[in-house]
Amino acid sequence: MTPGRLAALALLAALAAAPFVPMAGMRQYVLHVTIQIFIWSFIGGAWSLMGRFGLVSLGHGAFLGLGAYAATLLWNFYGLTPWVGGLVAVALTVGFALVVAYPCSRFRILGHYFALVTLAVGEVVRLLIIAERDWTGGSLGLTLRPARTDASLLAIQYADKRVFYYASLVVWLLGLWVWTLLDRSMARAAMEAIGEDETAAASVGIHVTRFKLGITALSAALTALGGVLYAQYFTYVNPDTLAGIGVSLRIVFAVVLGGMYSLLGPTVGTALTIALSEYLRVIFGVKFIGMAETIYGLLLVLFIIFLPSGIYGSARGLLRRRRTLEASATA
Amino acid sequence: MLELKNITAGYGHFTALWDVQLRVARGEAVAVVGPNGAGKTTLMRVISGLIPSRAGELVFEGESLAGRPAHDIVAHGIAHVPEGRRIFPALTVGDNLRMGAFLPAARQAFPESSARVYDLFPALAERQRQRAGSLSGGEQQMLAIGRALMSRPKLILLDEPSMGLAPVMVLRLFDLIRRIREEGYTILVVEQNVRQVLKLVDRAYLLEVGRIKMEGRAHELAEQDFVRKAYVGL
Ligand SMILES: Nc1ncnc2c1ncn2[C@@H]1O[C@H](COP(=O)(O)OP(=O)(O)O)[C@@H](O)[C@H]1O
Ligand SMILES: [Mg+2]
Repeated sequence: MTPGRLAALALLAALAAAPFVPMAGMRQYVLHVTIQIFIWSFIGGAWSLMGRFGLVSLGHGAFLGLGAYAATLLWNFYGLTPWVGGLVAVALTVGFALVVAYPCSRFRILGHYFALVTLAVGEVVRLLIIAERDWTGGSLGLTLRPARTDASLLAIQYADKRVFYYASLVVWLLGLWVWTLLDRSMARAAMEAIGEDETAAASVGIHVTRFKLGITALSAALTALGGVLYAQYFTYVNPDTLAGIGVSLRIVFAVVLGGMYSLLGPTVGTALTIALSEYLRVIFGVKFIGMAETIYGLLLVLFIIFLPSGIYGSARGLLRRRRTLEASATA
Repeated sequence: MLELKNITAGYGHFTALWDVQLRVARGEAVAVVGPNGAGKTTLMRVISGLIPSRAGELVFEGESLAGRPAHDIVAHGIAHVPEGRRIFPALTVGDNLRMGAFLPAARQAFPESSARVYDLFPALAERQRQRAGSLSGGEQQMLAIGRALMSRPKLILLDEPSMGLAPVMVLRLFDLIRRIREEGYTILVVEQNVRQVLKLVDRAYLLEVGRIKMEGRAHELAEQDFVRKAYVGL
């Protein structure tokens, strides 16, 4: 077994055992923060499926919001279990993503223009949620209708945070698995070629539209799933935390910070941003409410300029280079 | 092998090609020459499916390919080496060739095809693991041609392969194209370097403002007075 595998197994064992480690009175808080890290890392990973190939979306909040609201509304109004409602929400979001992505691909909306279009789309979804206040609760948000205690499983509502801890751990692992599968597939090669030069990619026989739509659908589906999980955990959805520019940019910040080209980059970035905002919240309280966002913004600019493959990506690259150097030195 | 009948094409409201007729027989090398902006690149793009034709017919080996998308055209055996090379600069030389063999049939033949390409272009073999963007202009052009060969095409479209190369490199490149031709590939080449290309091909077309002005055997065309004055520079 390689050292990397061993480390991964040890980490996994630690994560699985964490909820049972005595932490004095901190357990609830630690679990809460960790669940958020899992959920947002998963969403960041979903974003990076597109971002790493140059499809920089600033509107993933749209997918997140659609997923979260669709599942919540289906439960609140029709009593549809989120097990089914979540699937419907994911399907709906994928459909929406394709409706946006097809014209973008067809009319070659790339780079900055793509970013701008998605930015607008994210904002439109937020405004729609606010406008449809009769069922969505508008900007006040919407609370998930509580289920009877004997219907916990059906409603996916649990007071015990450990349930959500394990659920989000599994979902996070699912995200890593999808990332790895894609990374080893021909689709990755095709997407890299498309990201470099669409015309050249088409001229070597790559079906450009199909791959772009495929990766968009996958990214949107996972993001929507993240939204459903978020809604189930917090039992409350709000247009500002789940749609629009704010949340879309926060996803991008975290991923760029950690590194979008590596498996664990989005996780490292998300953990850092969440840790930072928790730290600032504890230190400054609510005095500087916009502080975290300002620091993210500054960091983002610095990272794009000096560390484009992120903290984790760069550290890994450095390690790898040192290892090959050592290998060539001993050889 | 390839036949274009009354092909009309353009961009938006602008028509860049009018009623173009063109034939390439199996094993032939054919050139399209003409001044800048004549529509040569547009013609290549129409053949390779990168832009649709508005009217006319495009028949390749007895099958009508008009309106087919680019990835489908490659699968039928037409490889396009686009103007300006358009290699994938961030990928290695080896990965660029791998991308050239993207389609399943080509992927299966990858070991033979790559051996053949490296045989034709030894410079690429030495630089397999180097980023393609770090190659010289001539090497990049070889890579672009090599990448096209990886799809195991029957017909190769070359759009201004000598563009931006030093004179020595141009001569080497034309030698290489000659060798590729001797291997049995059919070639349709667009060139500004009329004198050189007319020595390479069997027949040529003269394209001006979107229309075919003249066609004929390469040596006959080279003798034509105004072709000589306008393009050969003699
Ligand atoms: N993408 C494009 N959009 C609009 N017009 C174009 C485009 N590409 C070429 N053209 C126009 O089409 C005409 C033919 O161009 P082109 O086929 O590139 O000529 P050539 O390759 O012979 O220099 C030119 O007038 C050019 O301005
Ligand atoms: Mg041209």
